[in-house]
Amino acid sequence: MGRVVVEVMPKPEILDPQGKAVVGALPRLGFTQFTGVRQGKRFELEVEGDVTPEVLDAARRAAETLLSNPIIEDVVAVFDATEVHA
Amino acid sequence: MSAGPLDATLNDARIGVLTFPGTLDDRDAARAVRLAGGEPVALWHADGDLRRVDAVVLPGGFSYGDYLRAGAISRFAPAMAAVVDAAKGGMPVLGICNGFQILTEAHLLPGSMIKNDHLHFVCREQVLSVENAQTAWTNQYTQGQHITVPLKNQDGQFVADEHTLDELEGEGRVVFRYQGWNPNGSRRDIAGITNERGNVVGLMPHPEHAVEAGFGPDGADGVRSGTDGLGFFTSVLASLVRA
Repeated sequence: MGRVVVEVMPKPEILDPQGKAVVGALPRLGFTQFTGVRQGKRFELEVEGDVTPEVLDAARRAAETLLSNPIIEDVVAVFDATEVHA
Repeated sequence: MSAGPLDATLNDARIGVLTFPGTLDDRDAARAVRLAGGEPVALWHADGDLRRVDAVVLPGGFSYGDYLRAGAISRFAPAMAAVVDAAKGGMPVLGICNGFQILTEAHLLPGSMIKNDHLHFVCREQVLSVENAQTAWTNQYTQGQHITVPLKNQDGQFVADEHTLDELEGEGRVVFRYQGWNPNGSRRDIAGITNERGNVVGLMPHPEHAVEAGFGPDGADGVRSGTDGLGFFTSVLASLVRA
């Protein structure tokens, strides 16, 4: 079974209120070295067979149309993440 | 502003109210249509037939749980394809809250909504200024009029790039602005916008909750007497008569 990962992030110029909340909480746990957090999304798309170039292309199109909104988000990665068993 | 039903000849205007899985405010929207003097027509997301309606309201709620993004999945519903076609042909379409989010996802209106800047759900009686009283949904108001309607959202922060914001302002397409306090961090205090033609309007606050004395926000005539939202629904009936 193949797997494609799609990663979506808020655009750099869009404020990320969720990331802001996370960065506010980190120092309370002693993590003082992190000055910023941005929170994105990771989708794992499963397919029956191998991840062919056609499958990757379909994943890219799905990423641009449904999985992200280009006004507020960027698709930062689409890649084959099929686990290989020895 | 007219606060009651228009004359009886408008009573056969059919205003569709589109329900998605997770819609909350469809019954209030239908009630608002009825109180304004129109005939509400229930529409279902999975049905591409708009049942000969003259206008459509996309009510608020949390369609599909908003799990992906607010409005993202609803936008691809069969009924939305019909709404997009009809809107492009000039049919009046109003998106309230989640309905506004669906209209931006469907590219009928520009920009998008993200989480409120303070991250909290907000529910309050909100004062808005009417910035454009010429759209299909605002022609019974006056330019600059202040109205009070309920506001309730968590993903209500309107964002768009500077070029789009300048274009909206320059073309008079900002229809409502928050007054007194910006409740969600929306760019330039924008609460609602319209398309170039003025037939599609979207806003985050809820006019359908301020249409009947006794059930709305506090108003000049006392507790819960506010009916400032009724003008949306009398406006669309008036615009249908003129059309």
